Amino acid sequence: MNFFRAATRTSTLIRPTINARANGPMWARWLSDSLRQQLDKDVKSKDVVLFMKGTPDQPMCGFSRAAVQIMQVQGVDFDKVQTYNVLEDADLRQGIKEYSEWPTIPQVYIKGEFVGGCDILLNMHQSGDLEDLLIKEGIVPEELADQQ
Amino acid sequence: MSAPHSGITVESLKQVITEKLEAEHVEVVDQSGGCGQMFEVIIVSPIFREKKLLARHRLVNETLKDEISKVHAFSQKSYTPEEWEKKKPQ
Repeated sequence: MNFFRAATRTSTLIRPTINARANGPMWARWLSDSLRQQLDKDVKSKDVVLFMKGTPDQPMCGFSRAAVQIMQVQGVDFDKVQTYNVLEDADLRQGIKEYSEWPTIPQVYIKGEFVGGCDILLNMHQSGDLEDLLIKEGIVPEELADQQ
Repeated sequence: MSAPHSGITVESLKQVITEKLEAEHVEVVDQSGGCGQMFEVIIVSPIFREKKLLARHRLVNETLKDEISKVHAFSQKSYTPEEWEKKKPQ
């Protein structure tokens, strides 16, 4: 499970080790500069980035599971997906909500842009907008989509 | 394993939504069996006109920020009055 280890390794790096601010605690519960910078990188780490509870192989929440399944049904190659398990990192779990200005998990980013949560993903999947987006961004090949 | 009630009820949520989002029609379901922890809402309002999906969700999230922060899960479907008319079975 390469990406799993990569995800946990990355989340360890997120912890701010130096916080020069005089007005914040060491492990800030709000978004620190270093966490923001790390997330700036994380959301672009792969074409599809998913902040979820659990992992694709073992989702820990129905909404997170649904997000993973929608991606699978759309034929997304999970080599192109970077997932982050927010249950492993309390700073990440809070930080990503402030970063995305979105209150819930899961959160999906495609090519570094916030797409939405499970509701939006499902809606886009049903309307065909998700397929269009994935094809447009070169994440799924057009021929594969036609075979569905 | 009992979670304390969040203080958010189907009625209170319906009221806030109707007032703050100019909703013409609201459906709220407490999927946590009455514990006030998991809600699914359908909101029909002219306020969603001209707004794309993400903008609609963000508007609802922002307006209901206080309520959402108190519950574990919140899912939403938003429609303009016109979209809702089309959706209803004839």
